[in-house]
Amino acid sequence: MQFSEAWLRSLVNPDLDTRQLGHLLTMAGLEVEAMEPAAPPFDAVVVAEILTAERHPDADRLQVCTVRVGEGEPLRIVCGAPNARAGLKTACAQVGAVLPGDFRIKQAKVRGVESSGMLCSAKELGIAEAAEGIMELPADAPVGDSLRDYLGLDDQLITLKLTPNRGDCLSVQGIAREVAAITGTLRQAVPCDPVAADIDDSFPVAITAPEACPRYHGRVIRGIDPKAHTPDWMVRRLERSGMRPIHPVVDVTNYVLLELGQPMHAFDLAKLCGSVQARMARAGETLALLNEQSIELDAQSLVIADDGGPLALAGIMGGVASSVTESTLDIFLEAAHFSPAAIAGRARAFGLGSDSSHRFERGVDPELPARAMERASRLILDICGGKAGPSRETVGKPIPPAVIVFRPARARRLLGIDLGDETMRALLARLGLAIETEGETWRVSAPSHRFDLRHEVDLIEEVARLHGYDAIPAAAPRAAAYMRPAGESIRSVSEVKNTMTSMGYQEVITYSFISESMQEDLVGGEQIALLNPIASQMAVMRGSLLPGLVQTLRHNLNHGQERLRIFEVGRCFTGMDMDSQPMRLAGLAYGPTLAEQWGEKTRPADFFDLKGDVEALLSPRKPGFTAETHPALHPGQCARLSLDGQPVGWLGALHPTLVREYDLGRAPILFEIDWRAVGGRNLPRFKSISRLPAVRRDLAVLVDEAVRVGEIQERISANLPDLVTDFRLFDVYRGQELEPGKKSLAFSMLLQHTEKTLTETEIEAAVTSVLALLSEHFAARLRT
Amino acid sequence: MSTLEDLPRDAEAAFAAVDNLPALDQAKARFLGKTGLITEQMKGLGKMDAEGRKAAGARINQIKDQVEASLKARREAIEAETLRRQLAAEALDVTLPGRGETMGGLHPVTRTLARIERMFASMGFEVADGPEIETDFYNFTALNIPDNHPARAMHDTFYLPGGHLLRTHTSPVQVHYMQRQQPPIKIIAPGRVYRCDSDVTHTPMFHQVEGLWVDETVSFADLKGVLADFMRHFFERDHMPVRFRPSFFPFTEPSAEMDIGCVICGGDGCRVCSHTGWLEVLGCGMVHPNVFGHVGYDAEKWQGFAFGLGVERLAMLRYGVDDLRLFFENDVRFLKQFA
Ligand SMILES: [Zn+2]
Repeated sequence: MQFSEAWLRSLVNPDLDTRQLGHLLTMAGLEVEAMEPAAPPFDAVVVAEILTAERHPDADRLQVCTVRVGEGEPLRIVCGAPNARAGLKTACAQVGAVLPGDFRIKQAKVRGVESSGMLCSAKELGIAEAAEGIMELPADAPVGDSLRDYLGLDDQLITLKLTPNRGDCLSVQGIAREVAAITGTLRQAVPCDPVAADIDDSFPVAITAPEACPRYHGRVIRGIDPKAHTPDWMVRRLERSGMRPIHPVVDVTNYVLLELGQPMHAFDLAKLCGSVQARMARAGETLALLNEQSIELDAQSLVIADDGGPLALAGIMGGVASSVTESTLDIFLEAAHFSPAAIAGRARAFGLGSDSSHRFERGVDPELPARAMERASRLILDICGGKAGPSRETVGKPIPPAVIVFRPARARRLLGIDLGDETMRALLARLGLAIETEGETWRVSAPSHRFDLRHEVDLIEEVARLHGYDAIPAAAPRAAAYMRPAGESIRSVSEVKNTMTSMGYQEVITYSFISESMQEDLVGGEQIALLNPIASQMAVMRGSLLPGLVQTLRHNLNHGQERLRIFEVGRCFTGMDMDSQPMRLAGLAYGPTLAEQWGEKTRPADFFDLKGDVEALLSPRKPGFTAETHPALHPGQCARLSLDGQPVGWLGALHPTLVREYDLGRAPILFEIDWRAVGGRNLPRFKSISRLPAVRRDLAVLVDEAVRVGEIQERISANLPDLVTDFRLFDVYRGQELEPGKKSLAFSMLLQHTEKTLTETEIEAAVTSVLALLSEHFAARLRT
Repeated sequence: MSTLEDLPRDAEAAFAAVDNLPALDQAKARFLGKTGLITEQMKGLGKMDAEGRKAAGARINQIKDQVEASLKARREAIEAETLRRQLAAEALDVTLPGRGETMGGLHPVTRTLARIERMFASMGFEVADGPEIETDFYNFTALNIPDNHPARAMHDTFYLPGGHLLRTHTSPVQVHYMQRQQPPIKIIAPGRVYRCDSDVTHTPMFHQVEGLWVDETVSFADLKGVLADFMRHFFERDHMPVRFRPSFFPFTEPSAEMDIGCVICGGDGCRVCSHTGWLEVLGCGMVHPNVFGHVGYDAEKWQGFAFGLGVERLAMLRYGVDDLRLFFENDVRFLKQFA
């Protein structure tokens, strides 16, 4: 809502400067978003009259004018504007004036002729974007008066960022009411005296959608002057509120909208047929709107129609066919109340938005149409002439005023403040609320313009607002203390993130939506597509964190990075219910194992580097790794992770075709793990430790190339003799001296007894049993 | 052939002539070994009478002590020299850079969230979580934002099929939590939120922290106290001015916007604060009874406050980041600055 400070001050003029007024509004919840002077600073510019204008003796395009600027001698001023002519009232910057842009007016000689000032265009004074020639002021402009005073240029354009609940402040009258309530200043009422009917003419109105249109006021005015002009003062106020003058009748309706907050509409009476109805549209009906858009209506659209069909989209925009034009002589004026429910969402559905719909959506004072009708009629008669018929009201459904229960004790408890009953009563009374007391409980009726006040808390908020939020003390809260649980088998997100950073990974946060193609390439499965994506690369919900990591890699490669270790924790989306939005952790490694340095030969990070990281991350839990395939990963370098037999994630190198497609040079290694695997941890369980020395035995066995170490490890671990406390691989060897198709695996075993020293026989027996398992299940032979 | 009296001098000379321990041991054998010169002298004692043997024996022992003393001195000297050489040989250029893995780092949003969580945890707030794909009910209706309410237009919602949407704020977590738990409640809910908006000052995804405290007497004055405290601690400025302005959120009433004195210009006015000297940092208010109604709480008994703050905004102000979009470009040159 933009308005002119001067206009507001014509209704309420508290003893505050502009800054203070702005602060007051902001602190009352009517946030001042912008404040801008109506004109840039300049001085010594006055209303002047050109007495004579003659061609400059030495320049075709210049005129030498004699200009009257007041009581004294007329000035001689050289002017280049073609519209400078004898008799014109215009703006004259006198010698000594400083115009916008620090432009100083001096006594000067122009092509040999003395010039004592400058005749100015609106552009030169900074009050218009463009201008053709010097200003043309009305013939009755008082010569010698300061132009700033004459045009009211010492004004501020104030823009409020109003919250949707304060529809009552979408007018100068509404803001004035608010200022008066806060400051206790007297407010000037807008004159809305009834206009007596000169003629009996009226136009029949019927309401068939009473919920949507509870009230409709109509009036016929005949014989307006089609040549009438909107007066300057009104144009100025409209312009300073961000509106352009269109036609005197339309300007009046816009003016009343700004002044009182009541949207109105004027029809060309000659174009109306039969009667006017406020009804829901019928499917298939169409309407050509004032903005030259044509819309198809449906049964949810409230329209104003005549016997021939829809005339206007009620409360949103008028139709072009029945609109007032330069040739209009008779009008039918509408001031109606439309319910917010009927208008809300409709303008958006049609891609329309108007000053009218903006107000009806938020609510308009239901008692306002009658007064607005009188105000607009008076202005039209004054500006355009004509004869008015009677204002006729048609009632759809009466709106009963709300009565709200208010308990001062409740207000004190909610606000945490000791405010007396009488203080609260006085605050509410300032808003024009009527209060009936019944002991501890008050019954409060709000005036019709405060239709936003419905609940007790609405009134409590008003008390707090008028008392001032700043006046409520900031308390150091007291509350019962509760000890919080600290689950030991839970690893917090921050704990895990810190582990990742200690392992050298940088955290990233990528968008939860990715492109369709990335989802298809890297994740597969069903696409969860946004209905209104903001861009094609943010069109579907990610089914995995991997695409975001690959994208981040790409971005950083393009910016000169050669080595990257990144991870992300976040939700992925496999469906739309709560259980299909799992949290996951994913990591990516690319480039050398070590950041570039002097002391160590380096190599690109590979599958096993990341496998080690994953094992460290999940430690002391031991995940299983099985060779499986994933759409994004190299089929030969890809493992599915499992924990306690449950699949929990993936690890592998990016698929070579994707490496090429995304132009990555070499394959990053990636992993992704479900949070339930990462975020858990086993509660430690003590086992006694032996004081006796452990015995180590190493076994080197030959197996087929196809045998997987993980399977051996799993099989042996599950069947390990009691004495063996550790069984691990420490070497893999392939060489020409081995049989073709075979590899050598070296395992170490630690043997220990908690209570006694082992005998050689016991050790031998354990080794033999392990060897037997190896040979039985993996056809392994002891290497000799 | 040296005499007994020459032995100390001869031994000292022999020890001095070697510079390592094995050579020193050989030299020692020459004097003190089984066939060494001193042992030889001892053997000579057998031929003497008792009187002479006692005197000569004592003398030989004196000589032996002298030889052993010089041996010990020489041994220590050689050991010291050996150590000195080893140390010299092993000296490094300690100014060479360290080897190995560099540390990773947390994203600035995480870093900021962690601080926020820590501060509220110290007041007893627990962290709650909720889904990011929401239903209309949780994101709007249960928060007292009915269909077609103008407040919905302010949210620029991303829609999904089947009436689903991306949560536009973290407030739905309030509703989920209250449906599961009876009061008293004291939670914060950090997380991603989504708005269909993208320009210099908006990204379609950002982070919020929602806070909710419901008990029997938690009041607007408490809200002011907690949030003013939080902001001053967050920016580590004890005397930072704060103010609360009336505002509107359908799910709270009274509602307020909280401003802090501009941390960039100190209140004098700058581009960041649009020359007002104030920065809007969070929205808050007392939970609307209709919200309690939706989760089955008795609004006569329970009351409390809720707030929502933008994490990126706080991070930008705290670290002086001037472009919101940097947070999601994930350029490591940006991210490393917050490690
Ligand atoms: Zn500032």
